[in-house]
Amino acid sequence: MSSTFDRVATIIAETCDIPRDTITPESHAIDDLGIDSLDFLDIAFAIDKAFGIKLPLEKWTQEVNDGKATTEQYFVLKNLSARIDELVAAKDA
Amino acid sequence: MHLEYFHLIDRIADLRTEQRSITVEAQVPQESTIFEGHFPGHPLMPGVLLIESMAQASGWLLIALTRFERMPFLAAVKEAKMRTFVTPGELLTIEAAVLHEGSGFTITEAKVSVGGKAKCNATLTFRQVPFPNDDLRGHMETMARRIGFPQQMFAHG
Repeated sequence: MSSTFDRVATIIAETCDIPRDTITPESHAIDDLGIDSLDFLDIAFAIDKAFGIKLPLEKWTQEVNDGKATTEQYFVLKNLSARIDELVAAKDA
Repeated sequence: MHLEYFHLIDRIADLRTEQRSITVEAQVPQESTIFEGHFPGHPLMPGVLLIESMAQASGWLLIALTRFERMPFLAAVKEAKMRTFVTPGELLTIEAAVLHEGSGFTITEAKVSVGGKAKCNATLTFRQVPFPNDDLRGHMETMARRIGFPQQMFAHG
């Protein structure tokens, strides 16, 4: 079974028409891949569906706006994948 | 319908929050300044207004699901298909249902039919945010009462 990162990278490549080989675990979805907030809704939809979770985008955005978190924590893809794994684990617990 | 004011929904016919779906009705007027330009000698309901009518039907559903806590704003239109003409005087049945509820956004599927015949359909994405001000919320509550939005679904009764 492919890793969470691989699945996320494939979703991003297909949703935003970004070459798959340019997407790495270190890529920042916004700063490096140029994904805007509207396109990220499509990605969130696809991730929610693929993993059976609900990415807490509002909570994350609020934390970033309040200075309690950085965008890197949620939008660098290796970190996003880790957050997805946590959400999946919490769902299955 | 009052096209010039974007009042595109006349009546909520059925609102099923458990199924996360809604059916509304809208009577296309016989006359409107819109039809003077679209098109002279061949009046047609503009496709953009049909999309807007599906968005408004979806919007009332989302307002009901959040019990008037959030205002949905149209963010994306996908797979919009205008299948046949909609002409003055037709009674539209507009149905919408939630496809996906995300965090701060919802995707709906909506369609318009006349007498059971499909006219158009689309997949719509909405961002949902707290009402930006009391004026808009008050306006939406007035509209809600006008179209038969269930009283018990107003957050504050």
